[in-house]
Amino acid sequence: MKLSRRAGSMAVFAALLLGASFNLAAFDIESMPTPEMQERYDGLTHELRCMQCQNQSIADSPVGLAEDLRRDVREQIIAGKTDEQIRDAMVARYGNVILFRPPFTASTAWVWVFPFLLLLVGVFVAVRIVRKRTALMASDDSVVEPEDVTR
Amino acid sequence: MTRFLIPAAIFLALAGVLYVGVVHSPNKSTMQSALLGKAVPEFSLPVLANPGMTLSKAQLKGSPWVLNVWGTWCAACRDEHETLLGIARQNALPLVGLNWKDEDDAAIDWLRQLGNPYSVVAVDRDGRTAIEFGVYGAPETFFIDADSRVQYRHVGPMTPEVWEREFLSRIPRGVLP
Repeated sequence: MKLSRRAGSMAVFAALLLGASFNLAAFDIESMPTPEMQERYDGLTHELRCMQCQNQSIADSPVGLAEDLRRDVREQIIAGKTDEQIRDAMVARYGNVILFRPPFTASTAWVWVFPFLLLLVGVFVAVRIVRKRTALMASDDSVVEPEDVTR
Repeated sequence: MTRFLIPAAIFLALAGVLYVGVVHSPNKSTMQSALLGKAVPEFSLPVLANPGMTLSKAQLKGSPWVLNVWGTWCAACRDEHETLLGIARQNALPLVGLNWKDEDDAAIDWLRQLGNPYSVVAVDRDGRTAIEFGVYGAPETFFIDADSRVQYRHVGPMTPEVWEREFLSRIPRGVLP
């Protein structure tokens, strides 16, 4: 019974995977004339937000607007624009929201700083716990018998 | 005591940050245009139902106008259409349509059946001009001043309240008929 249930969930998972691959095939990512351009195109389209479906990049989204923005990126690369210029042009039209990696400004500073603050807090807590346990171990002078360890 | 106070404080701080994040996350219907106060992008587009005619930014300079982005594929555009017809009857501001990624025939049929609120409709078949305007969903409506600068952008169906509060109020005194 348990085994067949696992097989069932495997089948569901496989079906989901298949669905996902069909979904990817639903729109084609245009290919660029040179591998260098292709690399820049792939990079840029993955770091620009699809404004219609905000948690997807324009590379991942099949909607018409994402398609138009991919075409725009493609044309700008071919026209000889730098990544910086293309990003700036997108921000000029849609604002910083379109960048998945927002620039470090006064209003976005906390986005960048907060995770590191949290990390510091985590390190502080971890160090405290380790110190406390080390102190406990040092004060514990009971002898551990070999059979206790193997148990 | 600190055993509970510190985790509680961390929890509250995190909850506070997440709350602010959720409350202030960009709302699709209120996201401000990046073009506010900036010049309208250059465009030159064919005019709907007038083969050979084009509409450009320069032609509209000199008095305030309104750009309404729509398409026959857009359900919310149908919702706002009645409001647009009412606005057109006021004759306060020229209403320029931007027919976004649509078919000419479908657009012409739509205006014939539902009525035409627009002074002129520019055709943006491939969506290039809409991108320049930072459009991310129809309908969107822009108030553009006499110097061709974007003063306001409304996302979603136009309502009489929004029209009065955000559009009519932006007409400089003396221009109102």
